Amino acid sequence: MTSATLAGLVGAALVGLGLYGLVANPQPLRKILAFNLMGSGVFLVFGIVARKGAAVGLQADPVPQAMVITGIVVAFAASALAVALVLRLFEDTGQVTLNPEAWTKPPEDGAEAG
Amino acid sequence: MTVDSSAIAATAGGGLLALPILLPVVGVLLSFLIGGRRAEWIALVLMPVELGIAVAIACRVWRSGEPLVYTLAGYAPPLGIALRVDGFSAVMLVTAGLIAPAAALFARANFATLGIEEKRAPLVFWTLLQGIQAALSLIFLGGDLFNLYVGLELLTFAAVPLVCLDGRPETVAAALRYLLFALFGSVFYLLGVALFYGAYGTLDIALLAPLVRPEPAVWLAAGLMTAGLLAKTALFPLHLWLPPAHANAPAAASAVLSGLVVKGSFFLVVRLWFDVLATLPGVVPGTILAALGSAAILFGSVLALRQARLKLLIAYSTVAQIGYLFLMFPLAFGPWAAEAFSGGIMQALSHAFAKAAMFLSAGLIAESLGHDRIADLGGAARAMPVTFLALGLGGLSLMGLPPSGGFAAKWLLMKASIESGQWLWAVVMAGGGLLAGGYLYRVLAPALSGESPHLKKTRARSRESIALALALVALLLAFAPPSFFAFLQIGRPAAGLALQ
Repeated sequence: MTSATLAGLVGAALVGLGLYGLVANPQPLRKILAFNLMGSGVFLVFGIVARKGAAVGLQADPVPQAMVITGIVVAFAASALAVALVLRLFEDTGQVTLNPEAWTKPPEDGAEAG
Repeated sequence: MTVDSSAIAATAGGGLLALPILLPVVGVLLSFLIGGRRAEWIALVLMPVELGIAVAIACRVWRSGEPLVYTLAGYAPPLGIALRVDGFSAVMLVTAGLIAPAAALFARANFATLGIEEKRAPLVFWTLLQGIQAALSLIFLGGDLFNLYVGLELLTFAAVPLVCLDGRPETVAAALRYLLFALFGSVFYLLGVALFYGAYGTLDIALLAPLVRPEPAVWLAAGLMTAGLLAKTALFPLHLWLPPAHANAPAAASAVLSGLVVKGSFFLVVRLWFDVLATLPGVVPGTILAALGSAAILFGSVLALRQARLKLLIAYSTVAQIGYLFLMFPLAFGPWAAEAFSGGIMQALSHAFAKAAMFLSAGLIAESLGHDRIADLGGAARAMPVTFLALGLGGLSLMGLPPSGGFAAKWLLMKASIESGQWLWAVVMAGGGLLAGGYLYRVLAPALSGESPHLKKTRARSRESIALALALVALLLAFAPPSFFAFLQIGRPAAGLALQ
């Protein structure tokens, strides 16, 4: 097994683990971490793709590396936005849950506004 | 098949294509630079310019009968990035150019920034609205799969905070759910992009299309990207985030989210299957998409029938109407391909206008009555006839009754499904239309009878007429001439190409 194959398999495993966490774990913070795990897996796959350029005589294909950098920026911004929402939710309600029933029970003025 | 060199070389006048992306970005930067108080006016001044540019681009495509291409900084793909506009993207640009200012004018009453104390929500609203415009322009014009990923992410980041502008906990939770679904979608899309680059070494759509072969890497990439885009489009069974998000957002934001934002990722599904993967045998994946669409139509409509609140009902009807969009995919092979394609696009357009009109009307109803409980709507149509007219006319298009854009869309799709012998989709469409009639009846019947209720707030004629104007556009689409459908085909490979 070459190191490229190994890295590719690790990337696939990271995406799989992340997906499991994102779907199966009810806690938003863990879902955000799982998303980052998936992202890391994808970036690793991009790294392998860049190595393919080496076969044609290039040192390494720079295009996928540029894409990974963009991807990291996007993933960072997404995580920051998600964490900000989680924090806001915790500040206002003292709990963090995605269960839509959690706030609909007391039929106060909450559901009134347009 | 060789690459048509005209697909990657800039065409004359292509420089216009950068403007719809740049202009809203300039607006956002100006809003932050010269202060939140002027954000409203910056948006209101730039939006008509944006619409003008979109119309100018559409006119150029119309006159030349060919797609326009612009290569950024003069670097041709695969090194550079190309912007391309065909008939479909030109029409979507104009649609976004019309609906965004309509929502903006409607929102002036809720998010005024002039003459009052500076607050955060209005500034955020105006900048995010322009952010959505920039992202949609990038999605409609982008010719590079990774560039489209950036557009998709921009769209998500602009759309998610709009959901929780008023800061109530349930809106924050809805926004968080929306974001998590969207992030799942973006990782899958990005993984597909990596696989495409690994297999063919380019991401430019025009360069990629002739290279694509039915091999495992392509099928895997296509599956991942489609699944990711479906999560962002809220196609059943990935629709769970949509109803709470769209129903809890402020009315003007709901109109943009339901009318335009979900169309952005739908547009990319069409780009993927009709442009990038045009040479793949697409009947089986198309049938899977249409089966999910059919399930969305039935589940969405039945759930809409059971909602207690008007805005939730309209949001569930969005889930159902998104289902119709995906019925075009298995029908797009063979002599009826053009019909099915036109039907799918028509559904996207008429739903955009009709749903924006309905969300704005629902917002007015909720503001005037102080609630949007369907059970307590009795007589409301007497007090606010124009608002309910807009709601009803929008509903006409959802049901697919003539004359409406929704009728034209469903008629074309039904014709294609019967001509191709796939009559099952026609049955689903007819059933969906009946269910839509059912949930609209639930709203309109009590509203049209009984005593006029006491209004908490007097209605504003200008805001009512915005909703009505959008609903009328959805109706007028029914009278689209054949040349309009010919326009939609500009830049499409000749019908039946994919059949070979």
